[in-house]
Amino acid sequence: MARLFEYQAKQLLQEKGIKIPRGEVARSPREVQRIAARLDCPVVLKAQVWVTGRAEKGGILFAQTPEEAEQKAKDLFGRKIGKFTVKEVLVEEKLAIAREFFAGVIIDDAAKKPVLIFSSVGGTGIEEIAKKAPDKIVRLTIEISQGLREYEVRNILQRQDFRGKILVQLASTLTRLYKIARQVEARSLEVNPLVLTEGSELVAADCHLAVDDYAVFRHPELSIEIAREFDRPPTPLEKIAYQVEKNDYRGTFYFLQMEEDPSPEEMVIGFQGAGGGGSMMSMDAVLARGFKLANYCDTSGNPPASKVYRAARIILSQPFLKGYFASGSGVASQEQYHSARGLVKAFLEEKLAIPAVIRLGGNYENLAVQILQTYLTRIRGVVEGYGHADSAEFCAARLAELVRENASKSHLVSPLVYPDFSNYTYRFATMTGEVLIDHRACEACQTKGCIKACLAGILEPDKAGRPVLNISPEEAQKGKCTECLACEIFCKFHEQDAIYVYLPIPGLAEYRQQVIKEQQKKTRRSN
Amino acid sequence: MAILVDKQTRVIIQGITGREGKVRARLMKDYGTQVIAGVTPGRGGEEVHGIPVFDSVAEALEEKGPATASVIFVPATLVKEAALEALAAGVKMCVLIPDRVPIYDLLEILAVASAREAVCLGPNTLGMVSPGKALLGMIGGRAERAREWFRPGQVGVCSRSGGMTSAISYYLTKAGFGQSSIIHVGGDAVVGLGLPEIVQYFEQDDQTEVIVLFGEIGTTQEERVADLIQQGKLTKPVVAYIGGKAAKAGTRFSHAGAIIEGDRGSYESKRKCLEEAGVRVVDSIFDIPRFVNELLRKN
Repeated sequence: MARLFEYQAKQLLQEKGIKIPRGEVARSPREVQRIAARLDCPVVLKAQVWVTGRAEKGGILFAQTPEEAEQKAKDLFGRKIGKFTVKEVLVEEKLAIAREFFAGVIIDDAAKKPVLIFSSVGGTGIEEIAKKAPDKIVRLTIEISQGLREYEVRNILQRQDFRGKILVQLASTLTRLYKIARQVEARSLEVNPLVLTEGSELVAADCHLAVDDYAVFRHPELSIEIAREFDRPPTPLEKIAYQVEKNDYRGTFYFLQMEEDPSPEEMVIGFQGAGGGGSMMSMDAVLARGFKLANYCDTSGNPPASKVYRAARIILSQPFLKGYFASGSGVASQEQYHSARGLVKAFLEEKLAIPAVIRLGGNYENLAVQILQTYLTRIRGVVEGYGHADSAEFCAARLAELVRENASKSHLVSPLVYPDFSNYTYRFATMTGEVLIDHRACEACQTKGCIKACLAGILEPDKAGRPVLNISPEEAQKGKCTECLACEIFCKFHEQDAIYVYLPIPGLAEYRQQVIKEQQKKTRRSN
Repeated sequence: MAILVDKQTRVIIQGITGREGKVRARLMKDYGTQVIAGVTPGRGGEEVHGIPVFDSVAEALEEKGPATASVIFVPATLVKEAALEALAAGVKMCVLIPDRVPIYDLLEILAVASAREAVCLGPNTLGMVSPGKALLGMIGGRAERAREWFRPGQVGVCSRSGGMTSAISYYLTKAGFGQSSIIHVGGDAVVGLGLPEIVQYFEQDDQTEVIVLFGEIGTTQEERVADLIQQGKLTKPVVAYIGGKAAKAGTRFSHAGAIIEGDRGSYESKRKCLEEAGVRVVDSIFDIPRFVNELLRKN
């Protein structure tokens, strides 16, 4: 779930007519002082981090004067709370609290409907309150086609003995809360506490909002960088990977770094799973062999070879890997030759020097394993391919043996290198890249095998026998070219090496430059 | 018998001309599923593997007669449109294959489905197969593989993990236990037919004697299956595996979720509820065939 910071969520509340405390977000102690001076009252400083129990972890401080606020802010900025470093602090007026409530909207997986939850007691420890005094909690299941009506909310509030002005205030606020949740497609929207001030105003003192990851694309106004729940800020490599995931709807690609900043000595490997259940089983298998995972990655749902290629190149942008392990459920429904070709292209371009065990069990596994065995003999790293008959445990054991035999080898990140594009005289765009063909080299071609290899059947010989599109370039770009990579791999090994499928990964070249610098420092240190 | 899909099921495929649609149309047809038509707006008049393509669901049904199920292969953002179109045309079961369907889109689809007394499987599902009868979705990948991995028999399989749906069924086949139906309910937080719904279909099915369930952390599906057993609504024996034991017990973000669900959703909760209801919870999926064997012999 993609989360917003408190101040961003509160802004949404305010736009929809829910009162929030007066305040502003600050990025330095000096700014805190200025905001506190403008507010001209006792203030509360709230670190903007996604950490539960923020108050107990020292993320919330109070100050009487702007000077005190500045002093306290100096401690707050740069402090680590959970896995977050505080970079933004919300400075707000301190409310005079008469009463605290809890209000939230979530999606109930049993009812398959949104549910409004209200507690007449709120504040910290709401979960314990709910356990001890369930009668304080009311819930209202919302019919998505009808929306939520204020009278429905009033009806449940009346049963909690709310009367008069507060009844109307609460009903209005709760109805608005659902409208906001619906509008931004929230998986969960919570206000805790919802405060009744001594001046009889209803104010949202805090707000948690998590937006449905799959709907984030419809909400550019929320400026969510990565549509995923993290308990820490995303790493630069995760941001690069997310762009790949976001910009190609074909199949699943999920990438998460696990071992930050491994040292050259550690038994860290690159991991590429397929499917949630199969990935978990495969992870358990390698972890049991004493490996650490640099990353978690899932390429499933029949991704094209191009996506698997990008996944592998992103995984191999992590330094000091001792091995590469790819494994899924063992009986995947996806067409495994796509994964095989994606890996072949990536490993060749990487000149992979570490061992890799690739378990591609499932649909077309024989072809997939054969592709790996045929085309990965020119690199230094040993690559072994397996099918469904070989368990994840067996494959993990193989990797352990291979790594032992290659004890001195550790993956070093290299710059991204592409061939000289000016050599390629015939080119057409694909959904996420470009196919480049050196037609001059084609003249020596005997087999025209690329045309037969093309899974989508979109190539035909021109008068001179050179491969050209038999569809319009627009159709190729729209997805008729499935980026299966079969033409390139065939031509590279059986003909003139005249085809290159260019699959850019924005930001990766620059990222690798950084990694290479760090890598050099560390290698020097350990030598 | 079998559940949800058999030889009589008349199927349309929405998005049949797409990359996935084409490949899986072939799988379904080769497996013996009655695929009567495909639908892709703007591509009416074409054919995919001998299956006629129409511009709309309504037109497809007009030409080819009623359909009982639609398998949807359009991109995630278009799933709502496609499902609502099928439901409006009177289709009683939609199989929502794509991953990343926005949750409010799904809620809208499910609300309409429920009003029309229709059901949805998925989203983010491999689909389902009644071995030897018919297959909906992409499970098995190719008919040849699906026939090799899945065999007719007495075990009902339902799972929240796609790959493991196939893996468990394959290991059952290898150990000599066929399946009545195999259902992947989909991996999302909210799904149409979940495990609690599927086990009730299995309860009613003559062919099914034992149910195998692959659960995962998150949602309340497994706990609700346990509730059904406690209420006497599910009497057939169940073997279960719960994935995600090793996943770190992260701090829960949503208080509201905790208020509604209490401790439900965790590995411990699921295991405890199921075991208290008499379910055999195994620690390795490789133990499943052994316990299925025991339970079948007891019956």
